[in-house]
Amino acid sequence: MSLSIGVPREVFPEEKRVATVPDVVEKLVKLGFKVLIESGAGEQSNFSDDAYRAAGAEILGDAASLWASSDVVFKVRGPVAEEVGLLREGGTLISFIWPAQNPELMRRLAARKATVLAIDCLPRQLSRAQKMDALTSTAGISGYRAVIEAANAFGRFFNGKITAAGKVPPAKIFIAGAGVAGLEAIGTAANMGAIVRANDTRAEVADQVKSLGGEFVRVDYEEEGSGGGGYAKVMSEGFQQAQREMYAKQSKESDIIITTALIPGKPAPKLITAEMVRSMKPGSVIVDMAGEQGGNCELTEPGQAVVKHGVTIIGYTDLPSRLARQSSMLYANNLLHLAEELCKTKDGQIDVNMKDDAIRGLTVIKEGDVTWPPPPLKLPVPPAKSAAAPVPVAPKTSGHGKGEPMSVRGVSILFAVAALSFWLIGAYAPSAFLGHLTVFVLACFVGYMVVWNVTPSLHTPLMSVTNAVSSIITIGALVQIAPPLAEGVSRPDGIIRLLAILAVALATINMFGGFAVTRRMLEMFRK
Amino acid sequence: MSTGLSIVSYLGATILFILCLGGLSNQETSRRGNVYGIIGMTIAVLATVLGPRVGAAGLPWIIGAMVVGGAIGLYAARVVQMTQMPELVALMHSLVGLAACLVGYASYVDTSIDFVGAEKAIHEIEIYVGILIGAVTFSGSVIAFGKLSGKIGGKPMLLPGRHLMNLAGLLIILYFGRDFLNAATISEGMRSLIVMTIVSLAFGMHMVMAIGGADMPVVVSMLNSYSGWAAAATGFMLGNDLLIVTGALVGSSGAILSYIMCSAMNRNFLSVIAGGFGSDGGAPKKPAGDGASPAGEVTPISVTETAELLREAKSVIIVPGYGMAVAQAQHAVYEITSLLRERGVNVRFGIHPVAGRMPGHMNVLLAEAKVPYDIVFEMDELNGDFPDTDVAIVIGANDIVNPAAQEDPGSPIAGMPVLEVWKAKTSIMMKRSMASGYAGVDNPLFYKENNRMLFGDAKKMLDEVHVALSQS
Repeated sequence: MSLSIGVPREVFPEEKRVATVPDVVEKLVKLGFKVLIESGAGEQSNFSDDAYRAAGAEILGDAASLWASSDVVFKVRGPVAEEVGLLREGGTLISFIWPAQNPELMRRLAARKATVLAIDCLPRQLSRAQKMDALTSTAGISGYRAVIEAANAFGRFFNGKITAAGKVPPAKIFIAGAGVAGLEAIGTAANMGAIVRANDTRAEVADQVKSLGGEFVRVDYEEEGSGGGGYAKVMSEGFQQAQREMYAKQSKESDIIITTALIPGKPAPKLITAEMVRSMKPGSVIVDMAGEQGGNCELTEPGQAVVKHGVTIIGYTDLPSRLARQSSMLYANNLLHLAEELCKTKDGQIDVNMKDDAIRGLTVIKEGDVTWPPPPLKLPVPPAKSAAAPVPVAPKTSGHGKGEPMSVRGVSILFAVAALSFWLIGAYAPSAFLGHLTVFVLACFVGYMVVWNVTPSLHTPLMSVTNAVSSIITIGALVQIAPPLAEGVSRPDGIIRLLAILAVALATINMFGGFAVTRRMLEMFRK
Repeated sequence: MSTGLSIVSYLGATILFILCLGGLSNQETSRRGNVYGIIGMTIAVLATVLGPRVGAAGLPWIIGAMVVGGAIGLYAARVVQMTQMPELVALMHSLVGLAACLVGYASYVDTSIDFVGAEKAIHEIEIYVGILIGAVTFSGSVIAFGKLSGKIGGKPMLLPGRHLMNLAGLLIILYFGRDFLNAATISEGMRSLIVMTIVSLAFGMHMVMAIGGADMPVVVSMLNSYSGWAAAATGFMLGNDLLIVTGALVGSSGAILSYIMCSAMNRNFLSVIAGGFGSDGGAPKKPAGDGASPAGEVTPISVTETAELLREAKSVIIVPGYGMAVAQAQHAVYEITSLLRERGVNVRFGIHPVAGRMPGHMNVLLAEAKVPYDIVFEMDELNGDFPDTDVAIVIGANDIVNPAAQEDPGSPIAGMPVLEVWKAKTSIMMKRSMASGYAGVDNPLFYKENNRMLFGDAKKMLDEVHVALSQS
């Protein structure tokens, strides 16, 4: 018997999202699940009941019957008290929970003997968990929407242009915090033509900011602000002082400020003071994306858009919901990936495998037992250091010469050995041999000088040509075949001639073959 | 032709050979360099044949031998496939080695040359050394040829006590060398000479047998070097400066290539010659330390998705390896490359110095497939560009793109310079299976989150990617 997944209508005020969309319903059905949708669940995100029905879902008229007949419930927001009451005893719930902030909700769910997977508790450090990371997809949407809200409230163009009516300067936007939301905001604002500056306490995001078309503003103070799991940590007093000065300066210069600074489990840091707001130009806009955690701006009123000192301060806490269709699609996909992980057998059954790090992290209540917080993950140390360190800057020399000359000691030893062996040879060897030796040693040096400059792409032709050239040994055989003999000297002519002729034939194969094949190869190299 | 004329001809030939090797230093001058080599060789041979050292009686023999040899050589050069170049080169080295042996024997039995005292001793040493090098070159090259053409397995054959065996061989050679110098008659010396030749042949075989497939670039260039030294030794033996110079040029060229190949693998020459990758500690050992053994999920990718990625990419780097040569996939690579280039994609090739089975092997294959050489780069030239690259495709290579070389100090290949494909936005690894590379080291690249695996025969997969790409 396959399990049924139920998707109720979100009851939280102003919540327009839905936990699954028709495209995903089809895939869930393929995994073997039965999918139940509460009538009107997708209405606010423009997904009609008919669309769900066409995708293979069953539409139920009211919440009570839906909750009652669902083995697994997919939701966006955590359930409200009545919904917890509707949850089937021993049922499974997958939604945002925020267990740290909602102990009461956790207690009630545990009392229902439920199994609860909190999508916000996903261990984001696991790379394979990224496809399920609803926080990231939600944050991305928020960042995008924040720019749209700012553009809506801002009375000017974003991009600068020169029109017949006069010159329009581009809008200057400052974005505090370059996490997922901040980066999305940078990209969106830059695409709209604004001048974008951004800051983050984690210095490593500077490149990401630049890659999206923003300019990274550094705080003039040395401290690394990377906490665990891709979040920032609380910074020292000295740093905060330097940071405040930087914010004050940016406030004066910018037309729009978007703040995204969040520290997990703590109230949002107050980055923009009332003083800074006063220093901004009239008509400027602040979008405070940390509204839910109290806001990054002192004057933010969570959930509201207010005008203070001539500056519009937007503190909406429902930015993802303001892009409901997009949010629902991404969230539905995140949940689909989770369903795939839970149902590896594709038979419509789920297996909450507590040995799987990702699933373990997500599961905050297992059959009524609170399993949150999970044990810390054993993660490999991020290779930030090793990635940077062992990249040697290759000294740019022509050819392959060693980067550094030998040490003085090495050179002296080498010269001493050479001098000794030269002396030995000079003392004992006959002069004819010495002549040949001179030629030989000099030729070695010439060869060394010449070959160092060969480009690596020509190594194979080089080998085949040296191969052809080494067929010069044929000369040695040639002079043995029939040398003019002095009077009265005899030699075993037959055997020598045989050996020499054989040697000539072998070497000639090399000579002709080597040059021909080199030529063939070189013909192929072309621009 | 007078002695004077033949000496200046030799001088001219020497200069032409130097110009020939120098010309090979870049593509523009390389063809001219080859022509210089041909002219130099022609001058050298003509000056010798027409010179004072060759009597008229020898001419028919010489012409006959050269016609036969030349015909075989030209035929081989014409029919050889570019993927078989390493085999051909190895085979040719063996011919030079054999010729050097034959010339050495001929010179020894030649009673018309009569030296006394130190000159006699030196002449005999030259013969002895010449035959020694020739024999090692010959048997080593034959084994290398067998390994490269797949007639002999590529695995290193490690006999127990092989270093002792080599040492014993050396001692035998030294002992018989002394015997040889003290020999009163030719037949007496001949015995020592033959024993030495057999030991040298065995030594050459044994040396190359102990070296595995991926070290072949070093071996081939080392044998290249030996064939030069063999020629130089013959030159000493016959008192011929042209042979000495040319042999020394070839010898040092090969030695430099071996050095380059070794440094590209971050290994020293001796350890390669001593055989067996990682054999210092027995079998390739498992990487030490925790977190070192790569784990995680391998993400496969389909042909359509590959085509999709390539279509959206702005810059692509292709890293070919021996697998491309085996699958004969270079033409398919070219088709995709030209298609992408037409669409304005910046396609480049990254060549590791030891990719393939001989130095520059990949360059020749790509050149054969008409890939323009100005988009083919060395490792050092584009390693810094990977972070700006959308897609890096690895075709049949493994160890040369292994991040463990940089990240895991316990890895057997630690410190070897590698192409940093994992820094590209996406890397695609084309492989037949999950098997580890020649070095026997697991490749953490497979498990990187931005890496995709495209399993299957390189040529077949690339053809399918090409079809998928051109349909859109």
